[in-house]
Amino acid sequence: MSFWNYLINGLSLGSVYAIIALGYTMVYGIAKMLNFAHGDVIMVGGFVIYTIMNGAGLNPLLAVLISIVACTVLGVVIEKVAYKPLRKATPLAVLITAIGVSYLLQNVALLIFGSDAKLFTSVVNMTPISLADGQIVITGETQITIIACIIIMIALSLFIKKTKAGQAMLAVSEDKDAAELMGINVNGTISLTFAIGSGLAAVAGALLCSAYPTLTPYTGSMPGIKAFVAAVFGGIGSIPGAFIGGILLGIIENLSKAYISSQMADAIVFSVLIIVLLVKPTGLLGKKYSEKV
Amino acid sequence: MAMLEVKDLEVHYGVIKAIKGVSFEVNEGEVVSLIGANGAGKTTILHAVSGLLPKSKGSITFEGTDITKVPAHKIVSLGMAHVPEGRRVFAQLSVLENLKLGAYTRNDKKEMESTLKMIYESFPRLEERKNQTAGTLSGGEQQMLAMGRALMSHPKLILMDEPSMGLSPIFVEEIFNIIKKISSQGTTVLLVEQNAKKALSIADRAYVLETGNITLSGDANVLMNDESVKKAYLGE
Ligand SMILES: Nc1ncnc2c1ncn2[C@@H]1O[C@H](COP(=O)(O)OP(=O)(O)OP(=O)(O)O)[C@@H](O)[C@H]1O
Ligand SMILES: [Mg+2]
Repeated sequence: MSFWNYLINGLSLGSVYAIIALGYTMVYGIAKMLNFAHGDVIMVGGFVIYTIMNGAGLNPLLAVLISIVACTVLGVVIEKVAYKPLRKATPLAVLITAIGVSYLLQNVALLIFGSDAKLFTSVVNMTPISLADGQIVITGETQITIIACIIIMIALSLFIKKTKAGQAMLAVSEDKDAAELMGINVNGTISLTFAIGSGLAAVAGALLCSAYPTLTPYTGSMPGIKAFVAAVFGGIGSIPGAFIGGILLGIIENLSKAYISSQMADAIVFSVLIIVLLVKPTGLLGKKYSEKV
Repeated sequence: MAMLEVKDLEVHYGVIKAIKGVSFEVNEGEVVSLIGANGAGKTTILHAVSGLLPKSKGSITFEGTDITKVPAHKIVSLGMAHVPEGRRVFAQLSVLENLKLGAYTRNDKKEMESTLKMIYESFPRLEERKNQTAGTLSGGEQQMLAMGRALMSHPKLILMDEPSMGLSPIFVEEIFNIIKKISSQGTTVLLVEQNAKKALSIADRAYVLETGNITLSGDANVLMNDESVKKAYLGE
């Protein structure tokens, strides 16, 4: 395989990380918490699609849509039941709860589907593009993943910049009490953030499982952690940061696998994170605002 | 009937009782001032009125509606706005975005535009800097933005928490002129201040708060000449 193939595959994996990282970063920005169960929502989304396509034999697009709806609802329910009662608790208590929710989702999946890997049928049905006399091949999955990531990025940026709900999200992320005083329903805004993040996790699940077609209850765990790293790498709380962090992480991971060592790839990814954080503790695009008095 | 009626209000922070049974009222068209030293409970009272803090006892009525248990985000659309202590502008958003958030509960675009125009007339600096991020404004400009943002909801009653805090004398003068103007345009004002002299000079009535209790109340010009007030708050 050529360098360009590795790069494009890295771009595709990075796009998935970016989509997951968006959920992490939005929830962090608005609820000020790390939702460690976020990765497992990806896995739930994967199983929803798997069940619908294999059991009910519905068409892939419909399966993906149902999975998005299911994950959106799941995200909102998780927030209401597990996190909302802890709004005033210490960050550590919330973190432990999130880890608990993560295990809960994995174990429920284990109970229902067992631990053996399921073969996931790709939801993408597109012809690969072949460039440079077949030297470079871009699969349908890769094309869709990159396109989906770009569309999501643009749509989300427009939503936040141009809509009232988007502006309300920014206001809540800066100052909850001041946002309430504007008439913004802070709890509603937090729910909306979880809904969007979890819906995106479902999209990421469909793309990830299509590109790497084995599905187990732990499928979401590693991509979830990587996406979290991507979000921190780009600057947690920053939406463009999640995008850039995700893409860079995917590329670094794939190029390390290709040219250095596939066993070392994860270690390299985490080393890069540590170096970036040493140089710039807020991540690539993270900002610190000092307020004037 | 008064526009705002606070009766036997008690507010706790955990086990600490910060407000110990306070009653006061604000009539339509008035400027009422609440003065008191640091930690007396002024901010706590305003937060309780605008719904940011739960009340342990007592009741709050706004234009005849019991708002004791109404959450803050629903109170704005009843016609009450709150300029919080320390401005609390959204630092990463532009001046214009801040102002638009002030009108979050309003749906009529046209009316909103005309309110925006009026606010730009009162605060020309805000129009000059409308695309600047709020965090880069000076303290006085941030105070103007916080006031403009509250006015964007077109309130009948505006609560202001120490609008002159930390400002240079020229800005203090300007801020108090603007409060007078807001009042003359028909908005009722409940003003919390440590600058008692200034506050009493523009208020109709005032209440003096001491560690969670109201100890004195009356016409502002009477309080201004009260010996104990002079000694404790006017530095005379
Ligand atoms: N979040 C809080 N938790 C615990 N106690 C608090 C909290 N906020 C205020 N208090 C206490 O309640 C009392 C009243 O505080 P408040 O902020 O209402 O005073 P204030 O009159 O506004 O003072 P200042 O003029 O300094 O703004 C103080 O003793 C303060 O220490
Ligand atoms: Mg105060």
